[in-house]
Amino acid sequence: MADNADITFSKPLTGLIREDRSPLTLKEYRAGGGYRGLEKAAKKMSPDEVLEEVKASNLRGRGGAGFPAGLKWSFMPRDDKAPRPRYLVCNSDEMEPGTFKDRLLMEGNPHQLIEGMACTAYALGAEIAFIFLRAEYSVAAANISAALKEAYDAGYLGSNILGSDFSLELHLHTSAGRYICGEETALINSLEGKRANPRAKPPFPQVSGLFGQPTVVNNCETLCNVGHIIDKGADWFKSLGLGSDSGTKIMGVTGNVKRTGLWELPMGTPIRELFEGCAGGMADGYSLRGFLPGGASTDFLLPEHLDLAFEYDVIGKAGSRMGTASLILLDDKTCPVAMVRNLTHFFAQESCGWCTPCRDGLPWSEQILDRIERGQGSMEDLDTLAWHTQFMAPGNTFCALAPGAAEPIQSALKYFREDFERHIKEGTCPWH
Amino acid sequence: MANHRLPNHDIISLSAVERREIEAECRHYPKRQAAAIEGLKVVQKHRGWVSDGSIQALAKFLEMPVGELEGVATFYNLIFRQPVGKHVIMVCDSVCCWVKGSDPLTQHIGNRLGIKPGQTSEDGLFTLLPIVCLGDCDRAPTLMIDGQQHGHVDADKLDQLLLELEPEIQLMEVSDG
Ligand SMILES: Cc1cc2nc3c(=O)[nH]c(=O)nc-3n(C[C@H](O)[C@H](O)[C@H](O)COP(=O)(O)O)c2cc1C
Ligand code: SF4
Ligand code: FES
Repeated sequence: MADNADITFSKPLTGLIREDRSPLTLKEYRAGGGYRGLEKAAKKMSPDEVLEEVKASNLRGRGGAGFPAGLKWSFMPRDDKAPRPRYLVCNSDEMEPGTFKDRLLMEGNPHQLIEGMACTAYALGAEIAFIFLRAEYSVAAANISAALKEAYDAGYLGSNILGSDFSLELHLHTSAGRYICGEETALINSLEGKRANPRAKPPFPQVSGLFGQPTVVNNCETLCNVGHIIDKGADWFKSLGLGSDSGTKIMGVTGNVKRTGLWELPMGTPIRELFEGCAGGMADGYSLRGFLPGGASTDFLLPEHLDLAFEYDVIGKAGSRMGTASLILLDDKTCPVAMVRNLTHFFAQESCGWCTPCRDGLPWSEQILDRIERGQGSMEDLDTLAWHTQFMAPGNTFCALAPGAAEPIQSALKYFREDFERHIKEGTCPWH
Repeated sequence: MANHRLPNHDIISLSAVERREIEAECRHYPKRQAAAIEGLKVVQKHRGWVSDGSIQALAKFLEMPVGELEGVATFYNLIFRQPVGKHVIMVCDSVCCWVKGSDPLTQHIGNRLGIKPGQTSEDGLFTLLPIVCLGDCDRAPTLMIDGQQHGHVDADKLDQLLLELEPEIQLMEVSDG
């Protein structure tokens, strides 16, 4: 039995990961308590008990939307008559600018992901699982492949896992680019060897997903938590959070701070502690004007929001989203209009082209932003931009790419309007 | 375009190694077509890019329509449907790297090699491409050369990387320092 001095009690996800990220071997992972969760699940618990434990833990999806994992799993038909095969897919596409957390988990401790996926597949009665990995993560791919081999050899994957009647095949799929692949139904199309256009919902993937079979898609960090929850219990997981959310969260900071990086902190940690305590505050000569709290597709917040607790509902009430919990900072030496143009260029380029507000609205918005940034914009341009963000609002498009793209634009218009107007009035970029 | 890899005629059959590697991927899925992306990557790994002839051969091997595979190949930006240089340099142009100077860095590379983003150098040695966030944002600005990532890249480090790859090349003089 582990005791509370065990680092995985306070930092379950990263406690064992080495500074240089060289991957833990199976032996090292086991010495740190690894695969205890899977042992417990496969030997002592029924699939329903595993699902109930995760439900009780209030684990929310770490892919950006915060949807409760146990609830998502419960939508999958799991009785004796339910279709087979059923699939579990780990979303490791991680292409949202500013987000680099899943990479750490996969490079540094791939067995943790495998254990989390095996426990999840056990709960779902899924017999086939995939890790959908973005193309550029070649170190993660090599580390996962090595860990998969070890796990098969040790009987944590394959037929009759740990002597039970549960069997699981787990494959690594490496992708070939395009941010839209991270959207879960686009990801399913991509896994089928097709263009990554999102699918209409309903039917939801839990009912009809990969190859038309019941499928659960979860984020990599979400799945990495599962083995720990089974091993240490839902109450322990809930007790980690400082506010209403459970567990820890890998949080990141990028931009002109003293130290950029990733830190695993309790859910509900004040943003200021991440920004000042971990990242050391702004680098000399820079001051903070605002930040995107959860990756490129979230609304700007202001320095006055630094004392908010970093958790889903609090950030939602403040008008943004926790997203992937990686702060992208806007400093006083950076032009906000140019920054939003850069973000919009990304989304315009990555649009899959399926629906009009996104396919046409994003390039149009980028052109307007470019014009304003070069000092050639007009006041009407600001209205046109705002109009586009409304067209891209949730419900008007096929997937969440366009609503996400609208978030930095609409919030910049709200908080940095003066800067837009200065470009127009002065006929040039004040930062040039 | 000058390119040492461009064959005179388009190859229309997959090699035994390619077949073996793609077949191994097919076994993971209930339908052969599902291995399309991995198949394209296998072909590209061996040939540097994916030609029309390769598309035809692969489509046949995966038992799927040529047009559909073509549609898949053009969708994914890391599948090259044109020949590329011996080395492919991809500079991250997403927000965290942009804040840390990816634009001047891209310009510096272009000046050194005498090419613009999207182009291949005359000698066929280098192709320069922009790429989205490489998931390495805390080491911005970042780039990837031949699949290997490098962080905290500045002009000096870049020159050094180029010379390590091709010790013989003459870097063009640049005004950006
Ligand atoms: C354009 C777009 C890109 C996305 N990219 C990712 C991604 O890279 N990784 C991820 O886990 N979720 C991504 N998502 C969210 C997924 O659709 C899905 O909600 C998530 O994988 C569910 O996992 P979770 O419930 O564990 O968070 C993306 C969504 C959209 C609309
Ligand atoms: S919102 Fe954009 S990315 Fe999503 S389906 Fe529509 S066009 Fe494609
Ligand atoms: S923005 Fe360049 S690596 Fe993420």
